[in-house]
Amino acid sequence: MLDADFFRRWMTAAAASVDREAERLTALDSPIGDADHGSNLQRGFRAVTATLEKEAPDTPGAILQLAGRQLISTVGGASGPLYGTLLRRTGKALGDATEVTEQQLTDAVREGVDAVMALGGAAPGDKTMIDALVPAVDALATSFRAAAAAAEEGAVATIPLQARKGRASYLGERSIGHQDPGATSSALLIAALVEASGE
Amino acid sequence: MKMLINVPETVVADALRGMAAAHPELAVDVENRVIVRRDAPVAGKVALVSGGGSGHEPLHGGFVGPGMLSAACPGEVFTSPVPDQMVRAAAAVDSGAGVLFIVKNYTGDVLNFEMAAELAEDEGIQVAKVLVNDDVAVTDSLYTAGRRGTGATLFVEKIAGAAADEGQPLERVQSIARQVNENSRSFGVALSACTTPAKGTPTFDLPPGELELGIGIHGEPGRERRPMMTAREIADFSVNAVLDDLEPRNPVLVLVNGMGATPLLELYGYNAEVQRVLSERGVPVARTLVGNYVTSLDMAGASVTLCQIDEELLRLWDAPVSTPALRWGL
Repeated sequence: MLDADFFRRWMTAAAASVDREAERLTALDSPIGDADHGSNLQRGFRAVTATLEKEAPDTPGAILQLAGRQLISTVGGASGPLYGTLLRRTGKALGDATEVTEQQLTDAVREGVDAVMALGGAAPGDKTMIDALVPAVDALATSFRAAAAAAEEGAVATIPLQARKGRASYLGERSIGHQDPGATSSALLIAALVEASGE
Repeated sequence: MKMLINVPETVVADALRGMAAAHPELAVDVENRVIVRRDAPVAGKVALVSGGGSGHEPLHGGFVGPGMLSAACPGEVFTSPVPDQMVRAAAAVDSGAGVLFIVKNYTGDVLNFEMAAELAEDEGIQVAKVLVNDDVAVTDSLYTAGRRGTGATLFVEKIAGAAADEGQPLERVQSIARQVNENSRSFGVALSACTTPAKGTPTFDLPPGELELGIGIHGEPGRERRPMMTAREIADFSVNAVLDDLEPRNPVLVLVNGMGATPLLELYGYNAEVQRVLSERGVPVARTLVGNYVTSLDMAGASVTLCQIDEELLRLWDAPVSTPALRWGL
């Protein structure tokens, strides 16, 4: 069973990972975006950890919903609403249980990913965060480690794709050959599950 | 890269403090990043709120004032503002007649304004939206996020602002704003990349002998790179790209807009070539505006925006306006 402490560790690990990788995310965003994905997410996840320390919600659902709201209020750009929606909807799907099973988490993340697809209008293959998140959800039933590997593979698999959503889509064929920064940061978020579980 | 800044983290806040000092006629909330005309809310008047990433100055804060925007929300550099800013701005300017959100078609702006509209409506504020998408360099919205909103934003904000000042109702102000957008097209070129304060190096690598055709306003490369061209050749390419899409039957408003680092000497020379092409294509020009209005930090280059107008739109364009960056008729 996964309790509130696990979800706090997940968010803390995600924030630490974004901190570590901010420069790489920004570098990936430079040729096909506008070179701020790392700094924007860093600002958002720092706000998430600061708020979680202050408000200390005590259920998994409440932690993710609070984190999602913080991202929407601090990140801006497309990443704010998309990541915010992912966490908020996942949290909402978890309800107010004090502990959830791994299966419940998997189902909830799937709802969150569906909400992101509905909001951004992106499908797999569009060279967005969805390309990491969809395979991750499919692998979550196996293990966190399998989900992290699937997300990472999904992120790398965006390299040969032509972007059809977001700012990179304006480049047309010139977006081919670059790894999508949103898929990359999504892989970090999923990998943080492994850290949180201590696997 | 040398910049006249302290540290990248405070660039936007520092600029807002300086703007507040220069323009006491605006109420600038530095902490919450909202710029409001000081006399708002104006009784009975529809309020106009726009916003977007910083780095495009004078857009949007420079267009706040009588005859144009009621409030603007600047985001981080090239990053859309967050819904909290937009809701705060809407609440500050709504007189009960409703608020029109003017949104450039960039995914971040669209998503954040959508969320803000929902939140504002929860607070009892009537909200309408208009999406600006004028950039002909982005052709197929099936395979892209759709046409970007660029130079036409100025036309929409000015003309809808005049309609709101006349006391026209929200629905009418929105439909005028849509009409302006539907009749506007833009095309931009870059002679150099720009440098964001956070990154500190140019966003893309553009060799001295080349230019980018079909750029947006966020330092992203364009659709095509070519050997450097003369102002005459660039005007031929750009104006024809716009006219092939717009095919105006009425006179047009012309905006020859600098991207930030191109001096007026060059912009006026470029405008001469733009007017030549329009004349050759038989398009009458009603009014022309030349200057740096919708910029991309320190990028060199220019965009051309044309807006096909009728008598009412021309009257609204000519109506008095008093903002930091656009001021006439008063």
